[in-house]
Amino acid sequence: MHATNIATVFLKEVRDMLRDRRTLISMIVVPTLLMPGLTFLAGMVAYKVVNKARATAPTVMIVGGADSPRVTRALAADPKVQIVRTTADWRQRIADKAVRAAVEIPAHFDDALAEGAPAEVTIFHYEGEMRSGFAVNELRRFFSEYRDQAVVERLAARGLPSTLVKPFEITARNVAPPEKVGGNAIGWIIPYFFLLLAFTGAMYPALDLTAGEKERGTMETILCSPVPRVDLVLGKFLMVLAASLATVLCSLASTAATLAIAGTLLADAGAGAAARAGAAGMSQLPSIDPIGMLAVVAMVIPLAVLFAAVQFTVALFAKSFKEAQSYVSPLIVVIIVPAVIGILPGIELNARLALIPILNVSLVSKELVSGVWHWHLITLIFVSTCAYAAVALAVAVRMFEREDVIFRT
Amino acid sequence: MIDARNLTKTFHDRKRGEIRAVDGVSFHVSPGQIYGLLGANGAGKTTTLRLLATLLRPSRGTAVVAGCDVLTQPERVRANVGFLAASTALYARLTAREFIGYFGRLNGLAEPEIAARIAHLATELDMHEFLDRRCDKLSTGMKQKTSIARTLIHDPAVMIFDEPTVGLDVMAARAIVQFVRQCRARGKTVIYSTHVMSEVEKLCDTVGIIHEGRLLAEGAIEALQAQFGERDMEEIFVRAVTGSRETAV
Repeated sequence: MHATNIATVFLKEVRDMLRDRRTLISMIVVPTLLMPGLTFLAGMVAYKVVNKARATAPTVMIVGGADSPRVTRALAADPKVQIVRTTADWRQRIADKAVRAAVEIPAHFDDALAEGAPAEVTIFHYEGEMRSGFAVNELRRFFSEYRDQAVVERLAARGLPSTLVKPFEITARNVAPPEKVGGNAIGWIIPYFFLLLAFTGAMYPALDLTAGEKERGTMETILCSPVPRVDLVLGKFLMVLAASLATVLCSLASTAATLAIAGTLLADAGAGAAARAGAAGMSQLPSIDPIGMLAVVAMVIPLAVLFAAVQFTVALFAKSFKEAQSYVSPLIVVIIVPAVIGILPGIELNARLALIPILNVSLVSKELVSGVWHWHLITLIFVSTCAYAAVALAVAVRMFEREDVIFRT
Repeated sequence: MIDARNLTKTFHDRKRGEIRAVDGVSFHVSPGQIYGLLGANGAGKTTTLRLLATLLRPSRGTAVVAGCDVLTQPERVRANVGFLAASTALYARLTAREFIGYFGRLNGLAEPEIAARIAHLATELDMHEFLDRRCDKLSTGMKQKTSIARTLIHDPAVMIFDEPTVGLDVMAARAIVQFVRQCRARGKTVIYSTHVMSEVEKLCDTVGIIHEGRLLAEGAIEALQAQFGERDMEEIFVRAVTGSRETAV
């Protein structure tokens, strides 16, 4: 193995790739502009949709209650729900999302409440539908408050204090710093993009430098040179890795810039909006620990080696660029599945999961952007990913030395 | 000098089992000599030449090329060989100068030496006009000249040509034939594979007829004419090949 040879091959591949528009698009344009742009756009749309849904009082129908004017009047007066005229097909109207929920008030409800007899109100809703869920929450809140009020009145009638049934209050206060809240809220999406981009950034050069060269006939040309094959494969591999890392770094820079710009814009509008909405902090983007983000990139480096080596090896088997594409493209599912499992709630990083490639980096990244540093697990993940990467690279070198692979026609 | 000794190459195919692409081939080529390897498609010409250029490793036997053994010193063999085939293409996005220079570097030449060699070869092959043009913008003839310059950048002692005129027009093919003759004139050891009989007659000092991986006949053209009692090279080839079938039957 000679460093000069490896550098010669690597530098030639860099020059070659930088002249290729397709590589530049996949390596620089997509991660820099498209990914953060799309994420930001999708985030803003989702944010606006949810806020609009929250701001609009959900429509509700009252089923029954004709003989209970007290409760129906109180419900109609509540600003957080909008009572609409009840129709006979109210169930169908909920299903059609024309109204969000219905509440059934049993006969003689007002009388039963006054006499202290048991009564039951039923809320009908559409499970899984966001606005219907909001309507249920508002109805629950209304009836809880209405029930509490009834209890207070009964106690007062008997000359007893309201603390008899409410001996203490419960208040929940957040102790997590903003970057941890931010890390948990959007932390999963950043490593997810880094993992995906580390893979997609390596894809085009991995295919082009193997199957592409076979197809164009330049593989045979380069094999005629006196350079040992191990030097050729390492030079080419370094190019694939460089493309993968360049993609991640472009994305990192662009994400940081996006967050900074978005943070500034929203901070300006934030004070006014917060005052109007009465929900301070809602309009601010959650902050991410910058050191954590750099640590994620450091964890992605050995993973990028693994991705580059695996794609290089798989593409080497193919006779043509198209064939290589059909082999390598399905691998993206292998990346997405563990990355998504890492996002699922309730999955906590432990020593066993720290040995599962991709999933381990996905899980630890979620912690890193939240500012949580489990050093022993971080070390275990880094070392194990390096080991997997080394094995994958050794296989790539071995495959390049196999005649039946390199001359497969 | 090339000295092939019982060169054998077998491949394994799932459907067809073991295939002997080259079967016990031995021959000798001296400096200043062109050895023509004549055979039909699939006869084993390309495999034989790839074994000599160490692109493939022999299953049995060996060859000594420019004093180096293909089994034990493959890198040194390649450092002394210029390999030109119809299938050895150029890097489309590099200029002709960059492409030739890249192979100079891979052959361990220093930058001033590379610059001097490129200048020399560009003059010799009349390449100055397109030296800084990207390879994908070159005509077929220009590409061929660039490939030739690539094989000569390290001034190898042995030249291996694998059907270099396939797909070329008459003028480009003539340029190649002329170039092969120049190699001989400079004392290089040349091996040239083809299935075009006229090229063999025009170029080769010694001809080896290869069929189904085996060398069936070998000798100077005059000697082969005498051996088979035919003047025409095509007839000699057919006699050699059908003779082997009759022997096999």
